[in-house]
Parts: sequence; structure tokens; C-alpha cells
Amino acid sequence: MKIHEYQAKEVFARYGIPVPPGRVAATPEEAKKIASELGKPVVVKAQVHVGGRGKAGGIQFGKTPDETKKVASKVLGMDIKGLTVEKVLVTTSVDVASESYLGLVVDRRAKKAVFMASPAGGVDIEEVARSTPEKIFKVHVDPCTGLLPYQARFLASRLEKEPKLARQIADIALKLWRVFWETDCSLAEINPLVKTTDGQIVALDAKINLDDNGLPWHKDLEAMRESEEEADRLAREMGLSYVKLDGSVGCCVNGAGLAMATMDLIKHYGGEPANFLDIGGSSSPEKVLTAMRIICSDPGVKAIFFNIFGGITRCDDVANGIVTALKDIDINVPIVIRLTGTNEEKAREILSKADLAATTSMDEGVKQVLGMAQGGVS
Amino acid sequence: MSILVDENTKVVVQGITGRDGSFHSQAMLDYGTKVVAGATPGKGGTECVDVPVFDSVLEARTATGADTSVVYVPAAFAADAVHEAFDAGIRLVVCVTEGIPTFEVMRVYAKMKALGVRMIGPNCPGIISPGKCKVGIMPGHIHTPGKVGVVSRSGTLTYEVVDQLTAAGLGQSTCIGIGGDPIIGTNFIDALELFEKDPGTEAVVLIGEIGGTDEEEAAEFVKSEVTKPVVAFVAGQTAPPGKRMGHAGAIISGGTGTAKEKIEAFNKAGIAVAEIPSQISGLVADLVKAG
Repeated sequence: MKIHEYQAKEVFARYGIPVPPGRVAATPEEAKKIASELGKPVVVKAQVHVGGRGKAGGIQFGKTPDETKKVASKVLGMDIKGLTVEKVLVTTSVDVASESYLGLVVDRRAKKAVFMASPAGGVDIEEVARSTPEKIFKVHVDPCTGLLPYQARFLASRLEKEPKLARQIADIALKLWRVFWETDCSLAEINPLVKTTDGQIVALDAKINLDDNGLPWHKDLEAMRESEEEADRLAREMGLSYVKLDGSVGCCVNGAGLAMATMDLIKHYGGEPANFLDIGGSSSPEKVLTAMRIICSDPGVKAIFFNIFGGITRCDDVANGIVTALKDIDINVPIVIRLTGTNEEKAREILSKADLAATTSMDEGVKQVLGMAQGGVS
Repeated sequence: MSILVDENTKVVVQGITGRDGSFHSQAMLDYGTKVVAGATPGKGGTECVDVPVFDSVLEARTATGADTSVVYVPAAFAADAVHEAFDAGIRLVVCVTEGIPTFEVMRVYAKMKALGVRMIGPNCPGIISPGKCKVGIMPGHIHTPGKVGVVSRSGTLTYEVVDQLTAAGLGQSTCIGIGGDPIIGTNFIDALELFEKDPGTEAVVLIGEIGGTDEEEAAEFVKSEVTKPVVAFVAGQTAPPGKRMGHAGAIISGGTGTAKEKIEAFNKAGIAVAEIPSQISGLVADLVKAG
């Protein structure tokens, strides 16, 4: 789960990482009020989950509360790479002397967290890694000891020569490690970390991505989840994995690997999948019913394909779910069912009573559903 | 022959008294696996599916000589269960549980390396040596004994492929589901190394998916270290970047981990890549014949 800059800065502040004062606003009036309370020139920053906000005009300055209101009204509602800005962070403007980077991610290959520091701050770190990898300094963190103070001092020494400021940075690095580890992050980043003209070290931006598997242990962070699409909410609450795509063939599959392979096969035979949907291992009829509701809520769907390889998933459960869904939901697109495995015979009986047939081959099923999606049969 | 588990493997089931644990313990017993003990704190002295249950893995191992554990306990307790098994002297732990926080898995991994033992998973279907032993949740009946090794990050996609191999008369030596999480105990290279050494394995099917760089590393390894034919498939060619596709580890992030890169790496290493799953058995048959 991603959280916004203003939320990440709240977490940083809890751990004692210095951030410029500020608050989030959803209207120009609120932005003006915050600016006058801060009593200083401010920056208005779009809160969207996408890089390159500044270049897109999503970061603007307000010298006075009135000017803040004016720029906030421009930024709010702005479209940045397909996302609408609904909130802005209004925060005091800082005079920057230099910018650097501090960030933690999971290194899947090393099976450890890796702490990266770079004097090339303020730009995309992946770009730095590509063009000037020698400007990135890395240390791997032993999960049994955590970040050690000497490691923090090493990273700080690569960013700052002046001992007092280097100590401040090392202190921030240790705190960032605690944020990362204690809140189960998959990424925690300060970009840029700035030295101000009056010699302070401040986190000017903040980025946190959370490990979904850790969220059950962090109710306070879970509560930061934004309003989401109805389909996404339904899927999450029912324990389904759903990702909406732009094609016309709705997919309902058990297992993530098979669900991806199903999407690929649709593409292979000349179609476009409308979604990724994994109903998971032990799939009850209720899960199937919810999956159908989600798929049918997408107006782009022209046909639906069920691909079930019964292992723990029982084919009869899926068949019951399909039959119930056909009664409960107004479905006006054709359905193609492929099922094989556990309780396949029972499932076929259930389906045939409802005048439904099922194929056993995945390739056959995909060819059939594409014929229907493209032929416009209903 | 087979790798890691066979007819002599003695299994202790952690979480045997739970709904999933008891169901799959019965299925493992029906398949012929030597399930010798269960471990559930507070249930010591009882029986479950006619198997003696102990309070701890140490007691279970001492009493029964179990050498392998399978973990069905919920995510909140699963990492602790793996630590317990390792500390009790278990050499191979199959962790089926999905949803364990990444940092917990990191610490389990560190212990695993320090002790020189092995974990398969987490978030995996387990391991099966057809006709001998199944440790996990895969449907046993689709497998048949033979000479093809299978290693995969997926569950049901593996069943799909195994089913086709069996239908084509290509039996399997061992099939390992290594798991869909970003950090796993046993990766492609570990499995390839074991299959290469196993005289009972003639060819290997490798089923990868988007996310991470395990497939790229496996391709390098095959090129330099593997003499047996390898057929690969990569799921997620149509997956959009930045979205988690079900598995916690199946995500294209920062432009890396795409199916395209992985397929290119396999091609470069001279590995046959199936475009769609139904081509896999044909490719394997051709290579085995040619070999």
C-alpha cells in the first residue's frame, strides 16, 4: 500500500525525523488558512501517487496566504499523469543549499534491506542508478541486528563533510531505519534530504510504501488507506486479488500464476484481458459471486472466462457460485467456463442443470470466449 | 530418484489440528507420505487424523524421528513456527502459509543460512516426489513418477503444466513450488543445482513470473552449470507495471521484473521458452528425445 507524502511525513515526525511544518488541504480556503497559520511563504504540493509532480506543475509557491489560495485552486483538481489531485500539502518553504538522497528498499536478491545514500538528491534515484551508479552508496542491513551506528555514519560521511551536519544525517538515517523496520515498509525514502542555507538538515519530501503482508499489525497505517474504487474495496474485503485492465474479456481464475497465464493466453490468441482476478485457494461460492459482481461492474467486459484448476479449490463450489451469480446478478454477457480437477464431475452436474457447459482445456476455453467477445454474441 | 523428499521422508505437521492442517495431513497420508507427528501448542498427547500430536516440534522430533516439517499455521504465527522447527533440528521446512510479513521471512532466511538448513516457501504449494512423498497442498493424482523436474513460483499454474506433462506421458521426478513471495527460502538456482545432481532427473521445467530477478539469475546459472535440458515459461507478459498480481512478489517495480526481460535472459542462455503453457510438454518431449 502506498501512502501520501503528508502521511509519510506524519510517520517521520513521530520518529523524530525533521520535516518542515505543514498540513494537508482539500480546498483553496483551507490552504489559505494553513498558510496564514504558518505565517511564512509556503509550498503547495499535489498529493498524488506518481513521480514527476514538480515538472507537471503540481508543486507551486505561495508567498502570501492569498497567493497560496490562488495556486492551491490551480493545483487542486489538476490532472497529473491521469490522476486527479484531491489534496495538497501546504508546507513552509525552505531555502535549499544542497540536496541529497536517503532511502531503504528490500533487496530481493540479497534477502536483506539495502540502505542507499546519494549526494545526487532531488532526482529520480533509478535514473541516478542508470546514469551515474558511482554516486550511490549502499549498505545491506542484517535483519538480526538492524542498521548499525557505524553504517549510518558511513552513509552520512558520503553526503556531508562537516562533522556536526554528518552527525545529524547519521541520526536521521538511524531513525529512517526504525520507520522502515517498525512499520513494515517495502520502501522508505527521503528525496531530497536538504541542507538549508542556515545549516539545518530537513526531509523535504517523504515516501513510504507499506508491505501489504505487514498491514494487519499496523492498524494506524491501514487507516491511512484512501477512498478506493468500489470494485477494489469489494475484492479486498472478500480476499480476492483484482487488478482492472482495459480489455474486453473478464477473467476469473484460481491462483495468481494461472490468472496471469490466462491473461497472457487471451492476448496470445488476439484478445485483451479486462482484468486480473485471483479467487484464491479455498474458494467458497460467495467468493465466486463477489468476483462476478466485480467483473460485471466493468462496462468494458464483453464476455467472461472462468479458468479453474481444482486443487484446494473445489470445482463444485465454483459451479455453485456461478449458478447463484446468474440468478442474483443481471449478467448480459456470455460466459465460458473451463474447469478441471477436484470435484469436476459434481461441478458439471450442477452446471448442466443450469444449462451451462464447461470445457476442460484452457486453450479451447480462451478461443471460445474470444469468439464471443469479438463476435458480440450475447 | 528425486530431490529433497522421498519414501523415507518423515514429516511433522505444524498446525495439524487446524482446518487446513488436518485436511491436508489426511491427503498427504492418503498419498503415502509418512506423516509421523503433528505439533500444536496445547494439544500434546492427543491424536489428529490418527497421528500423534505434540506440544512442540522438539518433542515431536525426539519421539518420532521426523526430519521434515510442513507449516500450515496462520501468518501471524508462521515465522515463529519455522524458527521453532529449525531450532528443533528439522533440516527441511515447507512453509505453505501465505501473508507472512517480508521482514519476518528475512530473519527466518538468515537463520536458515546460518544453520545450513532449507526452507521451501513461504506462500507455496510444497514439494512432491510422485509415487513416494508429497509435502504440501498440491493434488496428488495429477502427478506421475518419471524423469522431469519441475520448479515453479506458482501453484495452480504448476498443476496445469504437470497435468499436461502427465497426459503427454512425461512423468516427474520431483515438483517444487518455491512460492510467490518476494523473499523465499529456496530459489530457482537451488532447485536447478539439485536437479542437475539428481540422476533420476533428465530435464527441468522452470515456471517463472514477473517480479524480481530470480529468473535472470537462473538463466545465467543454467548457461554455466546445467547440462540437462531446461524448458522455461514466464507468466505475466500482459501484467501492468506497479501492480501486485496476486502474489506479493509478482510486481514490476521501477521498470524491472518484466516478463520480457526474463524471456530475453532465457533466450540468451539458450533455454527453450514456451510462449504458452500448452507448448511446454511438446518442448520437453523434443529435448528429452534429442538429449
